[in-house]
Amino acid sequence: MANLKKAIKISQKHLLGIQDLSISDVNFILSEAKQFISLNKSKNKKLDILRGKTQINLFFEPSTRTQSSFELAGKRLGADVMSMNLNNSAIKKGETLIDTAMTLNAMHPDIIVVRHQDSGASNLLSQKVNCAVLNAGDGRREHPTQALLDALTIIDRKGKIEGLKIAICGDILHSRVARSNIYLLNMLGAEVNIIAPSNLMPQDINRLGVNSFSNMKKGLKDCDIVMMLRLQNERMTSSFLSSNREYYEYYGLTPDKLDHAKKDALIMHPGPMNRGIEIDTNLADDINKSVIKEQVELGVAVRMACLKIFCE
Amino acid sequence: MKKKYFLNANIIDPHNSLEEVGGLIVGENGKIEAVGKKVNKNNIPSREKFIDLKENYIFPGLVDMRVFVGEPGYEYKENFKTLSNAALSGGVTSVVTMPNTDPIIDNVSIVDFLKRRGRDKSKINIFPTASLTKNLEGSNMTEFGLLQKKGIIAFTDGIKTIQNTRLMSRIMKSAYDLGSLIMQHAEDYELSKNGMVNDGIIATKLGLQGIPDFAEKIIIDRDLSLLEDLNCRYHISQVSCSKSIDLIEQKKEKVNFTTGVSINNLSLNENDIGDFRTFLKLSPPLRTEDDRLSLIKGINKDLIDVIVSDHKPEDEESKRLTFSQAATGASGIETLLPLALELFHNDSIKLNKIIKLLTSNPAKILKINKGNLNIGNDADFCIVDLYKPKVVKKEKMISKSKNTCIEDKKLQGVVTNTFVKGEELFKV
Repeated sequence: MANLKKAIKISQKHLLGIQDLSISDVNFILSEAKQFISLNKSKNKKLDILRGKTQINLFFEPSTRTQSSFELAGKRLGADVMSMNLNNSAIKKGETLIDTAMTLNAMHPDIIVVRHQDSGASNLLSQKVNCAVLNAGDGRREHPTQALLDALTIIDRKGKIEGLKIAICGDILHSRVARSNIYLLNMLGAEVNIIAPSNLMPQDINRLGVNSFSNMKKGLKDCDIVMMLRLQNERMTSSFLSSNREYYEYYGLTPDKLDHAKKDALIMHPGPMNRGIEIDTNLADDINKSVIKEQVELGVAVRMACLKIFCE
Repeated sequence: MKKKYFLNANIIDPHNSLEEVGGLIVGENGKIEAVGKKVNKNNIPSREKFIDLKENYIFPGLVDMRVFVGEPGYEYKENFKTLSNAALSGGVTSVVTMPNTDPIIDNVSIVDFLKRRGRDKSKINIFPTASLTKNLEGSNMTEFGLLQKKGIIAFTDGIKTIQNTRLMSRIMKSAYDLGSLIMQHAEDYELSKNGMVNDGIIATKLGLQGIPDFAEKIIIDRDLSLLEDLNCRYHISQVSCSKSIDLIEQKKEKVNFTTGVSINNLSLNENDIGDFRTFLKLSPPLRTEDDRLSLIKGINKDLIDVIVSDHKPEDEESKRLTFSQAATGASGIETLLPLALELFHNDSIKLNKIIKLLTSNPAKILKINKGNLNIGNDADFCIVDLYKPKVVKKEKMISKSKNTCIEDKKLQGVVTNTFVKGEELFKV
């Protein structure tokens, strides 16, 4: 009976991207996540929903917050959590993603959380293992739990997403966070503005149903939410920008640029931040405007919900 | 060899402007003795056995101008024997092999080895190319003259492009002096760096680095500009986008050159990549549907001269990777003709034109006496049931590598028999 209930509520076996989810999937995940918010603030944070289940965190790319967030989420639900950082071991020995997947699969995990530098890596992995796969970021394609936690944060503060005007600003080209957010916010009825210098704007982005701007002030006009992205210097193989200081001048979030957004606009950032490059350091810490810490907090709740839903 | 009589066939031989119902007689020496409507039941000796083809088609054996063979160095992907069997099953009787082997075909000594292997192991006609530059490094020319004397038919860096404009102009001058054919894969490396798919909505959605269409156009533009002054035999290996077609149309009156296109770019578009199907990671990449339609238009306006399979066998291991790590290319020699016939069945291109681009046109560019049904010439031809359905299945492929980019595709048109020098070497 429980299985039947689940089958109705989530359409996918894996969480590979927001693109695959239906609106009812999203609402289900968010409503489950809401229940964990208060639990995470209470004294006893431990549940046994996933007792006896094995969760493997497979990180081919360094990560601090996503990995610790998934680890904590699994532990709070009572799962046995193993985290593997493979950015400098097996792959360097020539082992392929498939080989690693097969090896881990033989250990009978119930869920694999994977982050990989190549777009589509989680799709490939999901075809080769028997358990559920949660995508914790693949290349520049998707980072679904980040988008879900962003949505939860917005709903928590604004009460809704539908009808809001939301700007996503920065290095869109290299950003999986931007892509997942575009899909999710569109699905939930927001109007999405994308702001980036042309060199960091993906080709044909408008076809994803967004408005694109290379002028930040225009793009921020009347926005309810300003979502800043990290400049991903490590993914940049050639000259995209002249300098960080020029970038800050034109695309860094500063009080004068923020003035173009609504008065009560909230600032978000998936972290880690480059202070003084994409965001003014005082704005980042302004507790009246910035919800960056809340994003991290709700991240654990969202990941608990995802683990619970997909682990069964 | 016994004399063979084929009667009641639909014969298409673009080289001789032949398109009629008739017969074909293959002599005891494996040469064509007679062809056409005058060959019928009434004028062959009555005691002779004949084969009634029941209006199935006879085409000259196909000439595939862009084929990768794994020999030497990558025999586990494809060797001459497996290549020739795959080719025969697709009606291909002559292939131009690319120099991207290990070692690279860039010097006279390796050509002897290649010719020997090709002759001993392969049942089809092998026409090897050599690289334009030593070790494909794009810096020093190979010995066009000496290599030609050894039987090299054309020069190309295969999957690579000459980036250095000065070198390209020198290559063209040498090619002019020696009468050599140059075949260029058009891709500006700075623009295509790390690129895997067409730069557009699919690249954006999949989060993959794109290759803009102008990365191809710019090289073609550069080469054709050079060609205005340095008039050598020059062939663009493959075009993939409407920008290139527009450019070619502009230049066609001023400059002499020829152009090829891969059957993949003619039949598929970027949407077919779906969820990271690495078997569709190709070079040039699959582009938009508008681009694909412009290529078909290009053929119908005689702006494109040749259709190639771009047969690039890759073993499963090099494709079972993430999209960015996976090898580029698809195995396609055995599906070249059936896939090209799809363009006839869906009214995109006339049958005669398709066969021309697969037989007489490549032969003319290469200056070889193949791809025709000339009397006295080797009887290289195939018999095709134009309407017989076929579903492409990986496990049924003959090539050593099964990396087809049209798995499960339903096609119409099956090669039932293939003959080389009058000998039946393939039968379905």
